[in-house]
Amino acid sequence: MTVLHIYSIGPSVTVQDCGRPGHIAAGLSRGGAADMLALAEGAALLRQAPDLAALEMAGFGGSFTANAALRIALTGAPMRAMIDGAAVAWNASHALPAGAKLEIGGAEAGVYGYLSVGGGIETPLLLGARAAHLAAGIGAVLRPGQSLPIGADAGGPTGLGLVVTDRFQGGTARILASLQTALFAAEDLQRFTATVFHRDARANRQGVRLLPQGQGFGLASGQSILSEIITPGDIQIPGDGAPYVLLPEAQTTGGYPRIGTVIPADLPLLAQTPAGASLRFAFVGLEAALDIERKYAQSLAALPRHCKPRLRDPADIVDLLGYQLISGMITGSEEP
Amino acid sequence: MQSADLFPQIVSVGLTGLLVRFADRLSEPANRAALAFRAAVEAEGWPGVEETSSSLTSAYLRFAPLHLSHEVLQARLQGLLDARDWYAAAPPHGRRFWRIPTVFGTDLAPQLAEAAGLAGQSEAQAIASLSAARTRVLTLGFAPGQPYLGELPAQWNIPRQSAITPQVPAGALVVAVRQFVLFANASPTGWRHIGQTGFRCFRPDGPDPFPLRAGDEVQFYAVTPEEYAQIQMADHSGNGGAVVAPIP
Repeated sequence: MTVLHIYSIGPSVTVQDCGRPGHIAAGLSRGGAADMLALAEGAALLRQAPDLAALEMAGFGGSFTANAALRIALTGAPMRAMIDGAAVAWNASHALPAGAKLEIGGAEAGVYGYLSVGGGIETPLLLGARAAHLAAGIGAVLRPGQSLPIGADAGGPTGLGLVVTDRFQGGTARILASLQTALFAAEDLQRFTATVFHRDARANRQGVRLLPQGQGFGLASGQSILSEIITPGDIQIPGDGAPYVLLPEAQTTGGYPRIGTVIPADLPLLAQTPAGASLRFAFVGLEAALDIERKYAQSLAALPRHCKPRLRDPADIVDLLGYQLISGMITGSEEP
Repeated sequence: MQSADLFPQIVSVGLTGLLVRFADRLSEPANRAALAFRAAVEAEGWPGVEETSSSLTSAYLRFAPLHLSHEVLQARLQGLLDARDWYAAAPPHGRRFWRIPTVFGTDLAPQLAEAAGLAGQSEAQAIASLSAARTRVLTLGFAPGQPYLGELPAQWNIPRQSAITPQVPAGALVVAVRQFVLFANASPTGWRHIGQTGFRCFRPDGPDPFPLRAGDEVQFYAVTPEEYAQIQMADHSGNGGAVVAPIP
């Protein structure tokens, strides 16, 4: 059996896939990759199904070895990566020879990096998925010394690269009005979209806390709201007035007022905004949001087409002098 | 302010959801309406509807808006709402009655005296009242398999505490606003911890991962700490000594 052995690993690395939709009624949120786009990019680079499981590395990767040759893809938050000491590109697929050491360091931007492997990670299915859901008590963070089973790889190319949109240093997230938006005063809603927020250090797969520049957004009346459905992207305003944006491991119901909901296409940006980076929000209407969603679905479908053989950028080649750059130009006449 | 003619109402939830609200405060008819309406939507099996759920007084639908438009789904929901009086709906079929052994108070559940005081009762009266109550699972939510149960007698309309208890263990029974919550996992809470059970609400490896269902009835009957310890030794099923029977 092919396994990926973990020598050392960051504190928050988990197995993730598309999660477990269909259990909200039982109180279990979908979970799955915090940046679903990065998971899809990894699958596209490996020319395989987007629902195979990968490693999600929050902030820091680890060092790994496989007992057989693997194809790997590196996507999401860019991290420094090396195979047997040679730097390899991010947003790209690579061959990982049997026994070679793959080392993945800290995130240079963003939060969640992904290591996808040809054939996917095949830890046991639980309620139809392999994803760890830490808040629900499913699975756990990975530890040094563990070996992860790898599925059979249908095969395919390596050395592909993909140009991705930068979603790793904050920006503007588009939001729709949500369940309690109407409870907020018009001037507070206006101030909300004019405010620059900074991502607080407090963040995990359940949600991220945002600190407003200036005063918060708490409802003056301290309304008591009956618990209702929570969906990923909902922006809760708890008593301290600092927005808390919910991510895939959020609870399924909650009673804090919600000022808006981030549209699905901008959830990767939300999850990938690192601590301290700035975020703003812009309301969009339903028609505009549907149009964005349509284009987002098309761009996901087009990902495999956009994965192309990588022309080597000399900047990626660390040991430039080790290459015979002009060997084709040497002729016999130059022999001494 | 709650005005009867505001409800039921259909509101959108993000890009991919619609919510049917039957009330903005908990009542038995509104809870029954939410459960029955959700079951009816499930039975319709409309293509494009990907998931449904109910919370205390509302039913939620997640759908694929690029394949099923908001207007079409909203119209279908309105049609279904108009088809009958959902507030008069019967509880769901196939319900069960659970009796779960519970230690009230002691160091296992240290806030019984405080909660009893707020309800204007002695500890003995509180145990008698809480352990006799036959409550209904109003919804599962917040954490996997975790029930909100009610409604308790009126004196149990006690507020949540202003401070958060950093952690209660899995199986903790907490009380506020005429409801119990039985915790699925160790969790912080603003409700008062008045009882402890060995019942596991979420059994990810078991054949029935979410044993409780909305509409089920539950009685938390009092046992001594010694009886509880024996039950914990004897029952490794996750039931914590609970017995279950169908409700005819």
